Amino acid sequence: MSHITSPVRTPLVTGGKTYADVTEDVSRQVEGRPTREWTIAFTISVIVLIYGAACVFWTWWEGLGVWGLNKTVGWAWDITNFVWWVGIGHAGTLISAILLLFRQKWRTAVNRAAEAMTIFAVICAASFILMHMGRPWLALWALPLPNTFGSLWVNFKSPLVWDVFAISTYFTVSLVFWYIGLVPDLATIRDRAKSKVSRYIYGAFSLGWNGSAKTWARYEYISLILAGLSTPLVLSVHTIVSFDFATSVIPGWHTTIFPPYFVAGAIFSGFAMVQNLMLIIRVVFKLEDYITFEHIESMNKVITLTGSIVGVAYLTEFFIAWYSGVEFESYAFINRATGPYWWAYWAMMTCNVISPQLFWSRAIRRSVVWTFVLSVVVNIGMWFERFVIIVTSLHRDYLPSSWAMFHPTLFDISDYIFSFGLFFTLFLLFSKFLPVVNMAEVKTVIKSSSETLPKSVSGVAKGERVTKPAFNKDAE
Amino acid sequence: MASVHAIPSLDEQYEFTAESKRRLIIGIVAGVALVGLGAYLLASGAGSHEAHHGAAHAAAGHEHAGAHHEYKWTTRLWANVWVNAVYFTGVSVVGMFFLSYNYLAQAGWSSAFKRIPEAMPAFLPVTGLIMLAVFFIAGHDLFHWTHEGLYDPNSPEFDPIINGKKGFLNKPFYLIRMVAYFGLWYGLWRVLRNLSLQEDLYGGTEYYNKSIKFGTIFLVVFGVTSSTSAWDFVMSIDTHWFSTMFGWYTLASWHVTGLAVMTLTVVTLKEQGYLKWVNQSHLHDLGKFMFAFSIFWTYVWFAQFMLIYYANLPEETIYYRERFSGYGEKYLVTFWVNLFLNFAFPFLVLMTRDAKRTTIFLKIAAWGIIVGHYFDFYNNIMPGTVGEHGGFGPIEFGMILIFACGFIWSLSTQLTKANLVPKNHPMLEEALHHDI
Repeated sequence: MSHITSPVRTPLVTGGKTYADVTEDVSRQVEGRPTREWTIAFTISVIVLIYGAACVFWTWWEGLGVWGLNKTVGWAWDITNFVWWVGIGHAGTLISAILLLFRQKWRTAVNRAAEAMTIFAVICAASFILMHMGRPWLALWALPLPNTFGSLWVNFKSPLVWDVFAISTYFTVSLVFWYIGLVPDLATIRDRAKSKVSRYIYGAFSLGWNGSAKTWARYEYISLILAGLSTPLVLSVHTIVSFDFATSVIPGWHTTIFPPYFVAGAIFSGFAMVQNLMLIIRVVFKLEDYITFEHIESMNKVITLTGSIVGVAYLTEFFIAWYSGVEFESYAFINRATGPYWWAYWAMMTCNVISPQLFWSRAIRRSVVWTFVLSVVVNIGMWFERFVIIVTSLHRDYLPSSWAMFHPTLFDISDYIFSFGLFFTLFLLFSKFLPVVNMAEVKTVIKSSSETLPKSVSGVAKGERVTKPAFNKDAE
Repeated sequence: MASVHAIPSLDEQYEFTAESKRRLIIGIVAGVALVGLGAYLLASGAGSHEAHHGAAHAAAGHEHAGAHHEYKWTTRLWANVWVNAVYFTGVSVVGMFFLSYNYLAQAGWSSAFKRIPEAMPAFLPVTGLIMLAVFFIAGHDLFHWTHEGLYDPNSPEFDPIINGKKGFLNKPFYLIRMVAYFGLWYGLWRVLRNLSLQEDLYGGTEYYNKSIKFGTIFLVVFGVTSSTSAWDFVMSIDTHWFSTMFGWYTLASWHVTGLAVMTLTVVTLKEQGYLKWVNQSHLHDLGKFMFAFSIFWTYVWFAQFMLIYYANLPEETIYYRERFSGYGEKYLVTFWVNLFLNFAFPFLVLMTRDAKRTTIFLKIAAWGIIVGHYFDFYNNIMPGTVGEHGGFGPIEFGMILIFACGFIWSLSTQLTKANLVPKNHPMLEEALHHDI
């Protein structure tokens, strides 16, 4: 990477941090006792998880009849939640892989938490696949194992099977990427650990990291390889999720734009979730100097871009449904917008297409409150998008006599709540026991991207920034 | 500017030599001669092998809703103009697209050669006027939907499906859209170009910030018009057919072609002794762009093909049927050539790091992509316009030669009009030290 930084670039680290400051600021919450906020949040999450797990258990015990599904609407909240969680999982890989290839320095402060979020979101998504199977102990039938009870193989022509491959590959690569990125930081914590137990545990997981030049060279090498491997995965996972619908001949599902449009929507919702998590983390863990307004603004720009791409796709679908002259297709879309589920459609349109346009205003883009609220709105909208696609296309099929509505039961709702309990329990555990910001990578951008450099960043004397900064648009 | 001394001079002027001009003129003259020869052969029926096969094709070739009651040989001439005009419109506008997203993303490295994409959109008025002229002269032969009878319930030609598209596919609205596309694209490019030239003169960050604004405006405009123009220019030829992916598919095709043209220009200029400050890292990044967006094009191509193939709905599969087995398999070869040159070839050539840093491999890959995407447009436009009368003869080669020489002429002229180094670009210093 170039060591020259243009003066128009906005700084990414504020407060004149030294290398030691980074270690100190990030390791503090790993090494200290759990804070009150953390304990409260964790307790709530565990309670929600226990309640949700009981409901999931009951769903399996009684059977899927406890959900509100009927003969016409055979997929509803289950697959909506699945697609929603998988979508959220996209931001992590985009940040860690694609933004690494594009050498975006701002990714360093958010990549760790985003990747963790990805992994937990994919686990939540997978839980809905297991749930909607009804008999999860037969889940292995989705794997391409020769069936020992006969000669039956999985149907390789089914996109649902491709999905099993795509998601498991994605999960594996994301997990490896996240873990490899953690190794230098785990070694830092190992070296600072006071108790024997934590020295042993962090030591075991840091794989004998010794910080030599050779080790670093290998680390950077493997990061690039993993980034190269993950980049097609960012596209492939949600592409294959979209195939689950688009290969069918159901009006509203079968449309060729689905693959890239699903990918854009996934990145959109993923970034919104990253915003929500990072905005809390930066305050609770006092990391405002690392997760700055520049980071928030950059992510809001990605949200505006992907939200607008999704908007173009919605309009394209609507237009082509009319242009094609296919009456079923046209009806499916008119029914979405004006039929009994009009409220879901307009909730989706408002939350996904209209409200993110507020981010065109720089003041809103840089406002913590606006960002937080709009990110929640985006994720509500993206949930509705999947609900609209799935339920409004199914509920009025080719036979008007079988038209029906979907009414969620307590178990539809509780099983969804279960995934929140699971997600936040895992995320809170992560944020307590692992460094939420990648210390090693933040240190690589300190020299090039600090607002002000201290006299000495690492014992080596450093001067001021070479040229007069031109980044500050607010100062006159 | 602490590191300006790293390059000998910040002033470099491209010279459009008399020799290059002479060659381009020869190219255009040769192209015109080839087109004339091809036209003569077609008009006299001598060069057309199709005549002999005509009967065999008649059976296979009539899926296409009776678009050509009476085939005229001039249709093939105009279809050729249309293919090239659409192709070079794309190449030109992608220069602007590249500049705009580089501004929006605050890219630093690309400022080293930004004069090249900046010179590309100058060709837009030429292709725009040609397309308008072709639409007036031969729109009736190229676009089935322009036939009035389709919309008249009393006519034997009446087509209820096309009649349903009347709100979009009608001549006045079509012309308004076409003028709007070229007006907006070219107009916004002029703004960005002027800002860039003024930045050279006066410096400061004011022009840079304004460029980001206008670049973003262009991206919003292009986000919509790239799709709608693809429907207008290409998809409406096969009037019955539709695909929601088509807009992004065409954008992907245009984009990677533009990147290949940009790379080829950079490499060629370097070989002529210009752009000394463009180093291997820049070339590597350009190679990565070509590599990545070739794969992206393939992704979009495959997604569209696979979904249509899988669902197997007759009104959709007809598009691939025509290209696969229709018209006596006339388009089967170009169908495969398209996939090979646009996916397998750049994928394999640009796979290694060293290839992306070596000019000869970049040139090979860029040529593959440039030729390959011509076939992409050929394959999307020809079956719906000339059907079984298509082929490759002097008229095709001549037309490519005319357009290519015209484009190079326009590009070279633009390059002479500005310093090859955008010397006051705030990101220039980063680009000069680009090292990956």
